[in-house]
Formats: sequence, structure tokens, C-alpha cells
Amino acid sequence: MDPHYPLFYVFHFYLFGVIAVASAVAFVTRRSPVAAALWLVNTMFSLAALYVMLDAQFIGVMQVLVYAGAIMVVFLFVVMLLNLGHPSEIADMRGTWWKLAACAIGLGLLSEILIILRAKLPQQLIVPRDFNEQQLQKLNAVGVIADPLFKDYLLAFELTSVLLLVAIAGAVVLGRSRERAVGAR
Amino acid sequence: MLAESLFFTAVLFIIGVVGVLIHRNAIIIFMCVELMLTAVNLTFVAFSRYYGAAGQVFVVFVMTVSAAEAAVGLAIIIAIFRHRQTVDLKNINLLRG
Repeated sequence: MDPHYPLFYVFHFYLFGVIAVASAVAFVTRRSPVAAALWLVNTMFSLAALYVMLDAQFIGVMQVLVYAGAIMVVFLFVVMLLNLGHPSEIADMRGTWWKLAACAIGLGLLSEILIILRAKLPQQLIVPRDFNEQQLQKLNAVGVIADPLFKDYLLAFELTSVLLLVAIAGAVVLGRSRERAVGAR
Repeated sequence: MLAESLFFTAVLFIIGVVGVLIHRNAIIIFMCVELMLTAVNLTFVAFSRYYGAAGQVFVVFVMTVSAAEAAVGLAIIIAIFRHRQTVDLKNINLLRG
């Protein structure tokens, strides 16, 4: 099913994939939230590179802007707000037995997923090989996503805005301090 | 590149699951959830090469949901910290039976 890829492409695909996995391993083994967040940013950047290599340029840009740029900065802001930098404030990891059990569960799930991935893909739904390139030529990188988003998935898109509004309202209500909430009543 | 993408997705997702299980810091657990969501996005992008661009639209939705989830979750963490002065899950066990 795969067309033949040049060695240069394959090498860089594996390179960024291995960087992403290695950064993720470094991320889960850190105790300090700041170090963990920075390793996670590294993972996000490598994944953005993989997206670009998979012909999803706009998604790669969104990944850098939204995940690495916005969400991780919010995490770091919360770490700063709660002043979690002190060693006494950093929560310990769980004990050795718990870690071994977690790794066993992880390996079990991994083998399960890898078995599921051997399932046969529905061949009749696969678009012709040059279809995506033609779409990219016709609609450019943003239009490829915007066209189905505003035609086929318009209702879902509008509901997403409601979801964001609810999230903003919820965050404001939860983040309000108690004294001020009592005073407002 | 489909098989490789799916393999990397599986590995990253499992790393996120293991991170949720081994950590007790609520903020790091939230970051592990973000890692799991991002890993799944790689599957959508890899399949969108074969099944059309609708997969990339779903990635946009997943990003929106994870942004909303991060905002609400971190607000909850701040509210808990204000009450208990900690984000260690050892001390947040109000719902334990």
C-alpha cells in the first residue's frame, strides 16, 4: 500500500519518531513539573515535524502554536502560580512495586494495541493515491482542512465554540477565590 | 509510513498511560493526559493520507477539546490547591471509599 519513499525521508521520519518517544520517556521520569513540561514541549515539536512529513502542514503549525505555545505555557503558569518549584512541594512518585505494576500494565496494553493494529484496513474507502496531492494543489494547505470543516462538519464546528465558551465560564467560576464569591452574593 | 506512525502512536500513548499510573503530582498527570491526546492525533494524520482530509479536521477538534480540558482541569487543580495547599494525590482522597 505504501509507495516507495526515499531513504532521506524514511531516515528523518524515524529520527523524529525516536526523538518524540525518547523525550516522552524523559518526560514521565522527571519529578520536577517544569522539567517534565519542557520535555513534553520537545515531544510536541517532534510530533509537529512528523505531521509535516505526513503532508499535514497546517496541523503541524497548529501543533506548535496550540500545544507547545499555548497549552504548555498555561501549565507552566500554573506551576508558577502554585509555586511548586521547592523540593518539598514536589510530590513523590509512587513506590517501586507500583511502578513495576504500571510498566506491566503498559506492556500489556501495548501488545494489545499492536495486535489490534494488525487488523485489515477497509481497502475500498482508500482514496486514489494522487487525490490528496490534487486537493492540496487545488485548495492549498489551509483549504484542505477548511473546506470539509465549514461544509461537512459545520455543526460540529459550531458546537465546538459552545464547548470552548462553557470551558471558559467553568474556568472562571472555579478560579474565583472564595472570599470574593461570598462577598458578591 | 502508516505502520511506523501507528507504532509511534501506540508507544507514546502507552508512555502517557504509564505516566498517569506512576505519578502522584496532579499537574504532571494532566500533562500525561495531554500526551495521550497528542499521540492519538498522529493516528488521525497518518490515516488522513489514505482516507482523505477528514482526519485532519478531527485533529482540530481534538486540539480544541484538549485546550478546554486543560483550562478546566488546571482551574480545578488551583481550587484544590487553595483548599489543601498541595497537588499531591496522596492528600486528595476525598472520594476514596
